[in-house]
Amino acid sequence: MADVTQNATENVTLTVNGRTISAPKGTLLIEACKQHGIEIPAFCYYPGLSLQGACRMCLVEIEKMPKMQTACTTPIAEGMVVQTESEKVVQARKATLELLLANHPLDCPVCDAGGECELQDMTYKYGAGESKFIDIKSHRDEQQWSPIVFYDRPRCILCYRCVRVCGEGMDVWALGIQNRGQGSVIAPNKGDSLDCEECGMCIDICPVGALTSASYRYKTRPWEMTHVGTVCTHCGDGCVTTVGVRRSETGSEIVRCDNRDRSGINVDFLCIKGRYAYDFAANPERITTPLIKRDGKFVSATWSEAIELVAAKFRETLAASGPQSIGVIGSNRTTNEENYLLQKFARTVLGTNNIDHHRTADFPSFARAIAANKAQTASMSEVATAPAILLIGSDPTEQHPLLAWQIRTAVRRRSSRLYVVNANEIKLTRQASHIAKIAIGTEADFVSYLSGNTAAAANLGTAPEVLEKLRDALSAESGLIIVFGPELRGEAIDALVSYGSRIGAKFICLADYSNSRGAADMGLYPDLLPGYHAIAGSSRSALAWASKVPATPGFDLTRMLDGAASGAVQALWVVGSNPAARYPENTAFSRPFLVVQDMFLTETAQHADVFLPAAFAYEKAGTMTNTCGDLQRLKKASDVHGVKSDFEIIIRIAEKIGADVNELVPFRGHTFADAGQSRGAQSGEADRNAVFTEARGLASRTSPLDPLITLDEISKLVPGYAVSRLDLAAGNMQRTELVQIEPAGIPSHPEMVEPAGNALFTSGTLGRYSTTLNSVVEKHRNAIEPIEAD
Amino acid sequence: MKFSEQLEARYSEMLTHYPVKRSLLVPFLLYIQDEFGYVTDDSIEEIAKRLEISPLEVRNVISYYSMLRTKPSGKYNVQVCTNICCQLRGGEEMLGHVREKLGVKVNKEVTSDGIFSVEEVECIGACSWAPAMQVNYDFHENLTPEKIDQILDEYRQKAVQE
Ligand code: SF4
Ligand code: SF4
Ligand code: SF4
Ligand code: FES
Ligand code: FES
Repeated sequence: MADVTQNATENVTLTVNGRTISAPKGTLLIEACKQHGIEIPAFCYYPGLSLQGACRMCLVEIEKMPKMQTACTTPIAEGMVVQTESEKVVQARKATLELLLANHPLDCPVCDAGGECELQDMTYKYGAGESKFIDIKSHRDEQQWSPIVFYDRPRCILCYRCVRVCGEGMDVWALGIQNRGQGSVIAPNKGDSLDCEECGMCIDICPVGALTSASYRYKTRPWEMTHVGTVCTHCGDGCVTTVGVRRSETGSEIVRCDNRDRSGINVDFLCIKGRYAYDFAANPERITTPLIKRDGKFVSATWSEAIELVAAKFRETLAASGPQSIGVIGSNRTTNEENYLLQKFARTVLGTNNIDHHRTADFPSFARAIAANKAQTASMSEVATAPAILLIGSDPTEQHPLLAWQIRTAVRRRSSRLYVVNANEIKLTRQASHIAKIAIGTEADFVSYLSGNTAAAANLGTAPEVLEKLRDALSAESGLIIVFGPELRGEAIDALVSYGSRIGAKFICLADYSNSRGAADMGLYPDLLPGYHAIAGSSRSALAWASKVPATPGFDLTRMLDGAASGAVQALWVVGSNPAARYPENTAFSRPFLVVQDMFLTETAQHADVFLPAAFAYEKAGTMTNTCGDLQRLKKASDVHGVKSDFEIIIRIAEKIGADVNELVPFRGHTFADAGQSRGAQSGEADRNAVFTEARGLASRTSPLDPLITLDEISKLVPGYAVSRLDLAAGNMQRTELVQIEPAGIPSHPEMVEPAGNALFTSGTLGRYSTTLNSVVEKHRNAIEPIEAD
Repeated sequence: MKFSEQLEARYSEMLTHYPVKRSLLVPFLLYIQDEFGYVTDDSIEEIAKRLEISPLEVRNVISYYSMLRTKPSGKYNVQVCTNICCQLRGGEEMLGHVREKLGVKVNKEVTSDGIFSVEEVECIGACSWAPAMQVNYDFHENLTPEKIDQILDEYRQKAVQE
């Protein structure tokens, strides 16, 4: 929608091409038409950005107005009579195109945008096949502005979209426009190069091929790719990214990621990671065959050899020293189904509660506080429309780029108020209406101050009047969303939620990786089952398989490592995690029988006795929950020969151990499907039966490797996960809730929380294997190196 | 970066002229140019800081206006009009003559001795006395090649004497 305040109660009626349409007062003509299926072509107009009125493509005839008007800048008025496809209009568009093409290189056959170019589409539609111009085209060589961004001036149609999205949307303001008339160029902020966030927003918003990316340029033609919308694998915000893949000799290769259909919770946004950091998938260091360590060296093995060895060793260990001697470390990047399955397997097959993961936020405390106060969590989408946001800790611009975008959007488009409480000067203070810079580590004191303990102000080192103003302004807000980083843990979270719920606030607890929230919700804890049922509590009986779970909590991650060092833990199974990188001094990894599932030989994997090459998010199906609790569907986009999803690996190990796989994943369920015979007249139409059963979680699952079986089970058993399956299947985000859980007795261990410390250009292990991210990190490192004075 | 006292005084006074600070950008850039001969990199940074806009934005504006320079001009900047009235009365020939006499080819080129620079400009508002040119802030009208020779010689002499 355009930047016009709309009064939903007042509608305006007008006539377009003889049709009567109506839309809220203040709506721009171009938007009103769009809402009624009437397309008005536009280059410079872009919903959500300021109006430019530069390209003249949107000219329409309006009765009683002497000249044609730009539909992108004209608000609708009562009784307006508009023609959008009259002969005059069509002529005008044709003339505009002719002028745009006058100096256009027409190098469509090699242009990245060829086949998905708005200029091509318009020319195709309106003609302009002939040109009255015989002048020599003025050529400029293309320029590389950064490791990501290239600019090819002759293709540019000067729509200013890039300039506006970088400035208004990203608040980076790295692009400008210089010179005048046909000599105009888009100019980067450092003369001949860019110093910016490398998000690629400018590239994807460019209607033509003038801005291109280092990672995609001249790589393929758009029609050679298949596009699959799935969830970004990097941070905890859960952007939908559309993965473009094409066949290659290793399976199928990812050639680009973008958000071409704007259908995700991120709408227009993706940061550099969601757009360009997919290249680790094809890193030559990726392992695609199972490895077994023999005499201190890795040798390739077949999957059955490797799996059999793992199963045999697990069985041996169980028999010799019992379930307490096996430890399992799960992942923040695997799917909900994989996490659920992993802990169910550990608990019901291996018989141990020794399971944990790298915790980057204190979700148990959060869940307890939310449930106890019957408070609500906020979705990522709600942030963009919230009238007020309180941000305590974190630096979203670096750690939660989508959240930062949402916050900026709220401030820019709704004049929402942002309250920043932080120990550092974070970039979002540029949007803030109130800022309290507090002493490092005093976030909990701030919460205590908010809750009424004025004495706590003494620790903050902030001027009392600043605090008072902020507190009073906050208490007058309604519709507040409170967002907090890992700085707040344990009781501070309880205090914050209890304060916020009194003023009707909603909450977001920030964690670092793509499925940290899912890992927590699915019970990758030694003392918590899925849905935060305490191991030792009574509520756990809600889980059908809970009777098989040992009654006492297991070892947490640190104690598992201690156990590995002392010999108490004989076998350690690490799924998609790299604890050795966080505890480099710890020698525990070389002692037990170590199984590692990962993509690369990480610090942890180096010590493995068996290495199982795993697929990553874009190579598998399932669901993930972002840090706000938004559940989204992961769709399999690409494929690499040799690797298997963690889901399949777990099932295969279970089978070899001798577990009843059907109990882990009840795949021989119902037989509702009729295999097509009985549909009669409906054959050839959409399979309504399949749609019906799928929507209700009743679909027949005939393969144990279908992760949706586990999703069926999750939505039945895990509190807050009973979401609409049909919506989810359609690609819509579904909200999960924390209120249905039983807050009493949820144990939490704030001391176990350790933020990942990823910044805009880093992403744990994945980032280290991404050439694109490394090139940007490298550039920025060079840029900040002190220049020697001469 | 330091502005002269006079320029500082001008800045403070101009600040009071406009409802938004950034509005003084264009006029003030002209004063900067008068003080330094062109808009220097340092002064771009300085003015950006003062007006709370990015240096890139200042450069965008400078590039839009042909009368703003980011490189030094000659001591005397000869601006020859070739817009419609002057063109009809020989403006282009006058420009050609100036260039030939001073031995420069491209627009805004500075002579090797640094005394002159030659710029082709649009209408300078002296149409009634076309063809016309402007040297720094002085107008010269009803030009002929002979008149141009004489004018330029005078400026050269002035430059040598100083
Ligand atoms: S990549 Fe992003 S930050 Fe950089 S210039 Fe483009 S829009 Fe701006
Ligand atoms: S580079 Fe692309 S987005 Fe930017 S002005 Fe040119 S055509 Fe528009
Ligand atoms: S903001 Fe997070 S989820 Fe979105 S593209 Fe960037 S890394 Fe991925
Ligand atoms: S879309 Fe209206 S002028 Fe460009
Ligand atoms: S046209 Fe030359 S001064 Fe006006």
